[in-house]
Amino acid sequence: MGKEGGCGQNKTMVKQEQELANRPDNTAFTQQRLPAWQPMLSAGIVIPGFVIIGLAFIGIGVALFITSKNIQVMEMDYTGFEPDSDCFKCSNPEEKNCVCQLDFNISSRFEGPVFFYYGLSNYFQNYRRYGVSKDDAQLSGDLDNFKSPSDTCSPYDTDGIKPIVPCGSIANSMFNDTFLLYREVNGTNELVPLDGKGIAWWTDYNVKYRNPNVTPLKEAFEGTVKPLFWPRPAYELDTSDPNNNGFINQDFLVWMRRAALPDFRKLYRRIAQGDYARGLPAGNYSLKIAYNYPVLSFQGRKKVVFSNVSWMGGRNDFLGIAYLVIGSMCVFMSIVMLIVYAKFKFPEED
Amino acid sequence: MLRWIRQQLGFDPPHQSDTRTVYVANRFPQHGHYIPQRFADNRIISSKYTIWNFVPKNLFEQFRRIANFYFLIIFLVQLMIDTPTSPVTSGLPLFFVITVTAIKQGYEDWLRYKADNEVNGAPVFVVRSGSLVQTKSKNIRVGDIVRVAKDETFPADLALLSSDRADGTCHITTASLDGETNLKTHFSVAETLVFYIKTLPCLVCAKILMPHPSFSVFMLLFAFVRSLGQENLLLRGARLKNTKEIFGVAIYTGMESKMALNYKCKSQKRSAVEKSMNTFLLIYLGILLFEAILSTILKYAWQAEDKWDEPFYNQETEQERNSSPILKFISDFLAFLVLYNFIIPISLYVTVEMQKFMGSFFIGWDLDLYHEESDQKAQVNTSDLNEELGQVEYVFTDKTGTLTENEMHFRECSINGVKYREVNGKLAPEGMTDDSPDGSIINNDGIGDELLFLQAVSLCHTVQISYDQPDCLVGGGDPFAHANGFSSSHMEYYASSPDEKALVEAVKRCGYVRSKVSASLSFSRYKLLHLLEFDADRRRMSVILQTPSGLRTLVVACRHFSPEEYIDVEKHLNAARTALQQREERLQEAFAYIERDLQLLGATGVEDKLQDKVQETIEALRLAGIKVWVLTGDKHETAVSVSLSCGHFHRTMNILELLLELLLVVLLVPVPIHQLSGSVLLSLFSRIKEDHVIQHGLVVDGASLSLALREHEKLFMEVCKNCSAVLCCRMAPLQKAKVVRLLKTSPEKPITLAIGDGANDVSMIQEAHVGIGIMGKEGRQAVRNSDYAIARFKFLAKLLLVHGHFYYIRIATLVQYFFYKNVCFITPQFLYQFFCLFSQQTLYDSVYLTLYNICFTSLPILVYSLFEQLVHPHVLQNKPALYRDISKNSLLSFRTFLYWTLLGFLHAFIFFFGSYILMGEDTMLMGNGQMFGNWTFGTLVFTVMVITVTLKLALETNFWTWMNHFVTWGSIAFYFIFSLFYGGIIWPFLHSQDMYFVFVQLLSSGSVWFAIIIIIITCLFPDVVKKVFYRHLQPTSTQKSQVTWGGGAERTREDFHLLYCQSYPTLPVVLV
Repeated sequence: MGKEGGCGQNKTMVKQEQELANRPDNTAFTQQRLPAWQPMLSAGIVIPGFVIIGLAFIGIGVALFITSKNIQVMEMDYTGFEPDSDCFKCSNPEEKNCVCQLDFNISSRFEGPVFFYYGLSNYFQNYRRYGVSKDDAQLSGDLDNFKSPSDTCSPYDTDGIKPIVPCGSIANSMFNDTFLLYREVNGTNELVPLDGKGIAWWTDYNVKYRNPNVTPLKEAFEGTVKPLFWPRPAYELDTSDPNNNGFINQDFLVWMRRAALPDFRKLYRRIAQGDYARGLPAGNYSLKIAYNYPVLSFQGRKKVVFSNVSWMGGRNDFLGIAYLVIGSMCVFMSIVMLIVYAKFKFPEED
Repeated sequence: MLRWIRQQLGFDPPHQSDTRTVYVANRFPQHGHYIPQRFADNRIISSKYTIWNFVPKNLFEQFRRIANFYFLIIFLVQLMIDTPTSPVTSGLPLFFVITVTAIKQGYEDWLRYKADNEVNGAPVFVVRSGSLVQTKSKNIRVGDIVRVAKDETFPADLALLSSDRADGTCHITTASLDGETNLKTHFSVAETLVFYIKTLPCLVCAKILMPHPSFSVFMLLFAFVRSLGQENLLLRGARLKNTKEIFGVAIYTGMESKMALNYKCKSQKRSAVEKSMNTFLLIYLGILLFEAILSTILKYAWQAEDKWDEPFYNQETEQERNSSPILKFISDFLAFLVLYNFIIPISLYVTVEMQKFMGSFFIGWDLDLYHEESDQKAQVNTSDLNEELGQVEYVFTDKTGTLTENEMHFRECSINGVKYREVNGKLAPEGMTDDSPDGSIINNDGIGDELLFLQAVSLCHTVQISYDQPDCLVGGGDPFAHANGFSSSHMEYYASSPDEKALVEAVKRCGYVRSKVSASLSFSRYKLLHLLEFDADRRRMSVILQTPSGLRTLVVACRHFSPEEYIDVEKHLNAARTALQQREERLQEAFAYIERDLQLLGATGVEDKLQDKVQETIEALRLAGIKVWVLTGDKHETAVSVSLSCGHFHRTMNILELLLELLLVVLLVPVPIHQLSGSVLLSLFSRIKEDHVIQHGLVVDGASLSLALREHEKLFMEVCKNCSAVLCCRMAPLQKAKVVRLLKTSPEKPITLAIGDGANDVSMIQEAHVGIGIMGKEGRQAVRNSDYAIARFKFLAKLLLVHGHFYYIRIATLVQYFFYKNVCFITPQFLYQFFCLFSQQTLYDSVYLTLYNICFTSLPILVYSLFEQLVHPHVLQNKPALYRDISKNSLLSFRTFLYWTLLGFLHAFIFFFGSYILMGEDTMLMGNGQMFGNWTFGTLVFTVMVITVTLKLALETNFWTWMNHFVTWGSIAFYFIFSLFYGGIIWPFLHSQDMYFVFVQLLSSGSVWFAIIIIIITCLFPDVVKKVFYRHLQPTSTQKSQVTWGGGAERTREDFHLLYCQSYPTLPVVLV
């Protein structure tokens, strides 16, 4: 408001001073003249670009596809849905402590190391109510949360009187089928050693999940009950290895990492010991299954999977195919564009 | 109590009674009861907030915005019911948005508060208990007697009691109020002017009764007899000139002063982009509701079977089982709503606001919009309309001062039918050469008329004289002091209208010539008896002088009064001036009574030069597809000649006329006039239809315009739309606004721009979508009320063609991109529901949900929207036709909106199903055979999404400054660094540690890297192909010019210089 008052008789005197005040700076920034790279998506750049990308992708695609094809996978359903399978007898939920057997044959050597998975389908570990039903503080060994589990664990927080540890749906529903793999050698069955170590994430085993600092571990669980579904309490999950008990039991850790989709596999064991480190030789095998986990009530299926891995993980044809498809599309489109470009080139501007 | 709170928050105006009684010097009656009235103190508060009401008031204002309110509701829903995401996910972004806006508004308010403080703390002198006391401006109370010294501004609205001059007058300038720089004479109240002694005002005991403050301050009543007129009032903000000191009684203080009252009324304009933005928001709200309802229904369809709803591994709690199905249904619906709510881009508004605020600086910074001579740069009064500058379809321009310089030079005059020119400071009759002896008009027959003419011109005006010597006051105590000071050469004239000034200066120049002939003119003194002010309706002003008398505007005429007549006239005038009611009407009558039986003396011609490059600018606007309408108060011949000279009308144009005179000529036929205008319009229309080849120009005058508008609005519009240039002459200010409104509300709803420099353009400037003020000579009223102000008309071209273009593409892409990136964001989450039994499981971690919009994807688009340039500014300016490419809001058309939305959905499908197939059944992606979980899956989708969305913007970016590089690659890098950090720590205060090491595990898989690359390429591939094909098969002219510029930068620069160096030899001269 003061400005107007000033422009009176001494206008000319003030003028030069004002000029300094009002004249905008002549910089690249204020004048929007910043140096800039101005790329244009024209055929001239895109065509060679597409050719290069396309060829590269085709190359990658072939490599990925071959890698994937070299991976051996063997998948067997043992739900016992069909009456002629051995596990049919166990599929009746009334049946307790049922053991069934699955015989199979490996025609050519299964290169090692072999990974042994179990798979469930139609099983929604990604259900929200299920997913939140755990107590992370409890699982990191906080004894306060042993006595009063988080209410997210409900309805598996207490058995009515005592708190359940580990609480929650996920822990409660832990997969409890167990497997023993036998190889038929000269008419007798030889047990194939299964390694249960290193099947869970290193960080889960060493950092994220912790047992309470109480020895023996059993005392920490004083005044709590085991999850309703479990046959044994947490501190007795692995009777053979004391470091594989409680919350850092590897099977437990594998189960606690929820699957993203309703059909999933989880790593059960690695076959990496002794002679079998190089793989499973051709021959007849039988799998003894302690069948405990009911899935038929929700039309689920159970299976076991043997697979070896490459640097890219398990068998995965998708990546190779995707690269091949996109790569060829790039090349194809660059040809189309070339034709279009030749035909409809811009008339040069005036 | 409630009412008090509302008052404090500013919802209710303070209580008012009907009249106010002011006791001068606050001397209340000793006896008799009176009710003390409470008046506002003299604090000016232009700030909206106080420290303690800032939070509630600002929050209230912000939540009136629909998007903010929506997120507040979502936040509350999350607090109340069991929802998939924590309230933080929507609370934090909301908090962020609200905080940023609040900081911006708070800062602006703080600036206002500081300015207020400066004003409120200014020292003033007040008479307290009989002596002069210095105090702060804010302490002035109503009734205080205030002393104001020379060159000070009045601290409150004062009634002038006395001044140091014997006649009790003072001079003021109201430049800061209405921009008029002339000196105005104000008078003391007659009863008090005699009391000029310093101690005296305390003797005054009076009572002023008046209505409560309103916009017409001119109706005040002094207690008994006197009516206070405008001339007794000194408004706050005006400045005292040429007078040593005055005393006045404060009658309106603080927020009740007229200046403060006038500040408040400014309506908010909304741009077309904002309107389409709101439409898109509604569409997205529709999509959101649809998705939520669909999910809820599907959930229940699925859950009909128990084995899905409650398998053995996932039992419900008792509470869940027992809750009522309807309640469950509603809470499920709300949960889905919460889950998908991010599809509404929360940060859109705040980004748009920041973009507009920061982006608008470029206009003020632009050297091309800086006017060297007047040292004025472009000024942005509202940044809300930046992009509207790129959408203008109609330009309504004022003529005088906008197209022309408004620098009046006396050129010629006609006296008694003889035409005179001013040549070298002499008046010479037409045809007489300069070198003739004396060059004068000594003609004994005509001398009387000429003398009278010059007297009339020199006397009838409101020009004030200011001398360099500050104390030399014009006519100190001399009552015969009306200024026609030929006596001093150190004079500077102050005039409210430039042509008055031009005339007086011309007469002064000629006066020296004349003085040789007739000394009597130069040194006679005249007593000004009455001044009949100029107003736009009468289009004339008059003065009544003691000796001769006269009238002048363009036509100069006079009337001689006999003493008897004068007494009669004075009676009329005084009666009217002091009338208590309907004073204005009565004044009109009195004026009409006086201004009759005039004797024609002659006419003056004042020249107004066209501004620089008006012709090129109008031509450029026309090439840009903008229709230019000139609205002027001039008569039609003048207007047409200006139109022709400034290129608005071409010689080749077929000029159609709709003028009242023409109508009247035909009126001999006994047809009612309104029907007549209809038939004329019809005939014009048929002429347009007959002839498609020639361009048409339409001239219409105010009177026939209002007729046409009243009776044949549609037909008139039809005619106008088919004319490439329209000229409206003889327009009253309100008519200008009416024309603008008419166009604005026509079915096509074109975007209008009004540009003008004077107070008479204000209504039009406020009416149009974009109002531009020219910082001209007619004060700052137009500038104050405009949205943008520039110094010269020619700057309009760059403002529209370059800045408008830039802002439009920037904001349009910004808006589209925001919707796109949120579709990308939330659709995978929707798709995931199909794989998790519609259990509302989130795909992404809460932190990612929260930070996506405020961290990972916010900066690139902001930087883009500040710096993007599709085409180089020079090209834009040289090829105005490029403006057509963005007209009609084309980048925000429904088609483009659909394209972006579908693209968003497509990308979302590719992210989701790409990751789905990759992990699908066989999620062994790690070399050690271990498995991923659900969070890894979501993080993969999220990673791909952040990169793709950022790269998509990179594809859209044409102008890569270092900042674009920095934020684009920086955002992606930040995402990675943040994720490593976030996943690398067990966060003690977080409820769950779901994300621990998830990101590292994800990246440790080779397959994932390959998958990320292929998914991104797949997303961008169709877009690149589409862009290339469009560029080559259907290039827009914008794209073509990109080629030109890119190809031959140097050459185009030369072209540019060529174009600008073309000189236009004929400088058109306008006569008014």
